[in-house]
Amino acid sequence: MITFIVRRLIATVFLLIIVSAVTFAIFFWLPKLGGQTTYGLATQYVGRNPTREAVLQVEQQLGLNQPLYLQYWHYLSAIVVGEHYNAGTATAYCPPPCFGYSFKNQQPVWPMMVSDIPVTLSLAIGAAVLWLISGISIGVLSALKRGSIFDRFSMGVALAGVSLPIFFTGLIALELFSYRWPIFPNVTYVPITENPYLWARNLVLPWICLAFLYAALYARLTRAGMLETMSEDYIRTARAKGLPERTVIVKHGLRAALTPIITIFGMDLGLLLGGAILTEVTFSLHGLGLFTIEAIDNQDFPEIMGVVMLASFFIIIANLFVDILYAYVDPRVRH
Amino acid sequence: MTGGDSPAQGPRASGRIARLRARDRGDRRSPEPEAQATVVADQSEPSAMLDIRDLRIHFPTDDGLVKAVDGVSFTLDRGRTLGIVGESGSGKSVTSLGILGLYNRGNSQMSGKIYLDGEDLVAADQARVRELRGLKMAMIFQDPLSSMHPYYTVGNQIAEAYLIHNKVSRKAAHAHAVDLLKRVGIPQAASRVDDYPHQFSGGMRQRAMIAMALSCDPELLIADEPTTALDVTVQAQILDLVSDLQQEYGSAVIIITHDLGVVAELADDILVMYAGRMAEYGSSDDVFLHPGHPYTWGLLGSMPRLDRTRMDRLLSIRGTPPSLINVPAGCPFHPRCDYAARNNGRSENEVPALRPVSPGHLVACHLSTDEQRRIWAERDKVAS
Repeated sequence: MITFIVRRLIATVFLLIIVSAVTFAIFFWLPKLGGQTTYGLATQYVGRNPTREAVLQVEQQLGLNQPLYLQYWHYLSAIVVGEHYNAGTATAYCPPPCFGYSFKNQQPVWPMMVSDIPVTLSLAIGAAVLWLISGISIGVLSALKRGSIFDRFSMGVALAGVSLPIFFTGLIALELFSYRWPIFPNVTYVPITENPYLWARNLVLPWICLAFLYAALYARLTRAGMLETMSEDYIRTARAKGLPERTVIVKHGLRAALTPIITIFGMDLGLLLGGAILTEVTFSLHGLGLFTIEAIDNQDFPEIMGVVMLASFFIIIANLFVDILYAYVDPRVRH
Repeated sequence: MTGGDSPAQGPRASGRIARLRARDRGDRRSPEPEAQATVVADQSEPSAMLDIRDLRIHFPTDDGLVKAVDGVSFTLDRGRTLGIVGESGSGKSVTSLGILGLYNRGNSQMSGKIYLDGEDLVAADQARVRELRGLKMAMIFQDPLSSMHPYYTVGNQIAEAYLIHNKVSRKAAHAHAVDLLKRVGIPQAASRVDDYPHQFSGGMRQRAMIAMALSCDPELLIADEPTTALDVTVQAQILDLVSDLQQEYGSAVIIITHDLGVVAELADDILVMYAGRMAEYGSSDDVFLHPGHPYTWGLLGSMPRLDRTRMDRLLSIRGTPPSLINVPAGCPFHPRCDYAARNNGRSENEVPALRPVSPGHLVACHLSTDEQRRIWAERDKVAS
């Protein structure tokens, strides 16, 4: 088990390096392939309507005219040791981990992202708890009462949940529960360290809307998984032993049906941690999703690159956890 | 394959069979409702450990009623072995799963009587049958890999059955599991007990399955094709193990198989099933040496034998087993039977009654006993 984890960790480090290289290539190499000159690239890093001298100066300072591998090396070393950037007249220091410097905001990217992480984290984890509990229990009940009214009703709702976009359910929820009946007024992020009650109350609507979408998916997945496992031979064996039906369902059926769901859950959570863009925009929560949207709107390359790296990091780490958890759950993976 | 020579076993308990014969004199197997009236007459107290009377298990489906088991009766005492033989879809597995009560009563219809120690399992409520499952009756399944849960250790799965039926600590149950693994011949049982099923070889897994079935010392052990998924070399070991354990535990054993070689070695009695019905039932000697049903002849003819040298190819039974929704009228075997034409259309129109051809040997065929003997003698001579 320990060698398994160590092996996975080493693989994860390599994966992160590859992701950084690919991200770097997308932002610095692809434009060149597309005919973009280093001068053109440099215009992306200066303010609006720059003078030619200013652009050339930036090109020089950022080393955009250097060979790519050198630029990549600088990019990586900045993450470890930090970097000095010339911003306007003053020199700005970007302390490690330096994921670039936003010339448009006159700030290093990393601290800006870090301040947005708690919002996304609160949103994603709260919603995940909700959708896991509701999705799995509805899925199990539907599978056990296959063809019943409950099954048909919940699968119908699930279909609606999968089909309805968050900016629709979110706006409806806001209209009903924030304005017409202000049960959850004023959906703004309050740090949990500041006021746990307000933190939770203000996030209830986004949680429910986001969880609805995923719960629908997970209910369908759990139902399909349960239907499959409950017809396995080992379920018949468990019954033949004389186990009570509940033990058969939970210990033998659900345990096996949940394994594939762990994989999908890891992916989904990792993806969400990189920014629940639609939810954050709908509820105006300033997390990584909104950060991304603003970065794209401003064509702020260092910010976009930074958030891509961070999101990939979350997905890779989530997958690492899934792999380890999977090995823990399924002994066949371990040996 | 496992040896096909005739079994050299002593005379059977004739008293039990005589009783059976007396019970089976009436035509209880005919599916026509008016014929079922004779079933009512069969109200004697069960005396054998397992006494099955006119068991029917039907499944209503969108395409029609599947009569998977249609009037099966037999008895079995402690320490004895019954072999149920037939092709796929003859209802042999359904019979065994039905005895264990593993069919959802919501989508199946079960009638008849299953007396286990005098207690009727068909009439008993589900909770009671569940209590008895694993405790008094246990089953060994065909494919030990898919029949064991991949996520739990072998020991855990063996101990589980023991824990459910006995008030013992987890530790005691674990020790019991090690004991059982030793009993079924797993080397280093104390350490292998914590292995997962996929770490066991096929034969070891089947041994572990047997240990699981034996965990509560059941009176009835049903083995559903216990050797089908195993290597030929391992098959014999597993059969030996079953027979040794039967001696040790004194359980009654039902072996379900399509391999006549298996029952030849182990069974005291043999029940041949076809299309959910009984075709022939008798002692192992009777069925192997004086088979009366053309289907049994077919099964025996398709089996390689060591004591027959001149047969250059095995005979197959033509055609395929019927769908259990549309069982042929009359004798269900008649479309595949070479001798159906000799019965003046009775085979096509009339369900043959199960009747004794010799004491304790029942055959459901329209051919007269003399004809059966003559035809078998000819076939036997040609073969040897």
